[in-house]
Amino acid sequence: MAELAISAPVSGRAPQAWRLWLLGAFALACAIAFMTLGANGQWSFVIPFRGAKLAAMVLVAYAVAVSSVLFQTITHNRILTPAIMGFDALYLLIQAVVVFGFGQAATAASHPVAAFLLEVGAMTAFACLLFRWLFSDAVRSLHLMMLVGIIFGLLFRSLSNFVVRLIDPNEFLVLQDRMFASFNTVRVGLLPIALAAVCAASLLVWRMRRRYDVLALGRDIAVNLGVDYRRTLMLTLVAIAVLVSVSTALVGPVTFFGLLVSNLAYQVMGSDRHRYTVAAAVLLSVIFLVGGQTLLERVLGLNTTVSVVIEFLGGLMFLVLILRRGRR
Amino acid sequence: MIEIQQVSKQYGESVVVDNVSLSLPAGGVTAIIGPNGAGKSTLLSMVSRLLPMSTGRVLVEGLDVTRADSRELARRLAILRQDNHLPLRLTARDLVAFGRYPHTGGRLTLEDKDHIDRAIAYLNLEPLADRYLDEMSGGQRQRAFVAMVLCQDTRYVLLDEPLNSLDMKHAVAMMGTLRRAADELGKTVVLVLHDINFASTYADRIVAMRAGRIARQGTPAELVRPEVLSELYELPIEVHEIGGRRICVYYRQP
Repeated sequence: MAELAISAPVSGRAPQAWRLWLLGAFALACAIAFMTLGANGQWSFVIPFRGAKLAAMVLVAYAVAVSSVLFQTITHNRILTPAIMGFDALYLLIQAVVVFGFGQAATAASHPVAAFLLEVGAMTAFACLLFRWLFSDAVRSLHLMMLVGIIFGLLFRSLSNFVVRLIDPNEFLVLQDRMFASFNTVRVGLLPIALAAVCAASLLVWRMRRRYDVLALGRDIAVNLGVDYRRTLMLTLVAIAVLVSVSTALVGPVTFFGLLVSNLAYQVMGSDRHRYTVAAAVLLSVIFLVGGQTLLERVLGLNTTVSVVIEFLGGLMFLVLILRRGRR
Repeated sequence: MIEIQQVSKQYGESVVVDNVSLSLPAGGVTAIIGPNGAGKSTLLSMVSRLLPMSTGRVLVEGLDVTRADSRELARRLAILRQDNHLPLRLTARDLVAFGRYPHTGGRLTLEDKDHIDRAIAYLNLEPLADRYLDEMSGGQRQRAFVAMVLCQDTRYVLLDEPLNSLDMKHAVAMMGTLRRAADELGKTVVLVLHDINFASTYADRIVAMRAGRIARQGTPAELVRPEVLSELYELPIEVHEIGGRRICVYYRQP
């Protein structure tokens, strides 16, 4: 770790740039491997089929990574992610309520895009309300926040299970696929609208990109330096809600994935600048998802979904982080 | 000029700052003193918009702190609170560079580099500039934070107990630096102090607070007197003049 001591804050030609290039090259290699390995059919079939899946995975990887890093920045902690706070469970609950309330006619089967937009809108509103209530008063104990977050996650999951039980069995079938993470059954039909939503959220975040490093210094210092704290927080939260919705809509809930890639990104970069950490987290999550899927599906020939492995690693990371915190 | 007009802060039933009106003219060093729970830090936090006030308003050079554009305000007024713990891996120079954010919005120019270098030199941090904050002692870190606040290049600098966690040598150096910032750079320094002897020997003005109100205000000569301080702190305090400075003695009661 000797090179970490060299810092070049002003010029920006830090060793971090090299690491990013390396990660980028590795991610690209994973994508190429995913597209080509074991493709013994017509290319005209393979390319669109695998391409759509790859696009969905990259989109999910991006959404999870960006939302996790930004969430950790605005809550000033490194253990919580939107998924651990139950945002994805909230999204599932909204989905279940929409199916229950409007029936199958209003959902995926007939108007996937309209249903998606409705769900994202409701999700954003609820997430903002919840967050406002939780974090409006200055600083609270991180442990309290974690506890509340995990309990909320449980609550949302149980509630959506409850709603599911009220639903007509036929409609339940529509929902069932979405309650569990699966990268094999990506909802490809949602890709265009998901891409548009991710672009909109990214644009929102991009406009505030210079504030995040300042925000990471803590509320008091950020306010002192003239960051409009509340506004930045709420807008970022909107972007996070959209990103979480997209990833949950495409593949279902993944609890510990964001935690894994965000914390690996901090470690790998050895810098807390968001231009490095966000980029590294995105590349790492592409490597994990696409590379993991390729490895399991093509090389090992396993039918297990990659989410199981990723959740296992992420869960380990969660434990390690908590234990390390406890010891200090 | 900072004008504090009928400012109060209450949490439920308890009133922490009680209808305080005060004006702090530009220039010089103003020390806010008083016993624990007098509302000193709360007042400073409200003046610097870190804490919303229950009633009243604060004007900094005519700008209402709760309504004015936060970045505009950040170019006029800087605040440093006491416990500055960062979980981030940052060098001292990185931290000081953040002081330029209100001016440039995060893109550093050559002119900013000058400001950064000057602030680092002002606090004698050159040998430590590329050291990471988590590898520094509490006192060194405190100096880095003060350098950031100076780098912000504001007319008003507010500090909440800047001598906390500093030993005698560094406390004296810190007060010297702040005094010079007021004299040479024309800054208005407002600070909460617990050591009344530092207030007596370095400040131009002292504001004494007690139970959420302003008890007295004036020059050290007017305030550093046994009857005033004894009443303020509810503790017999002797004041001796040593080498032209008024020194309070209260350590051992008979």
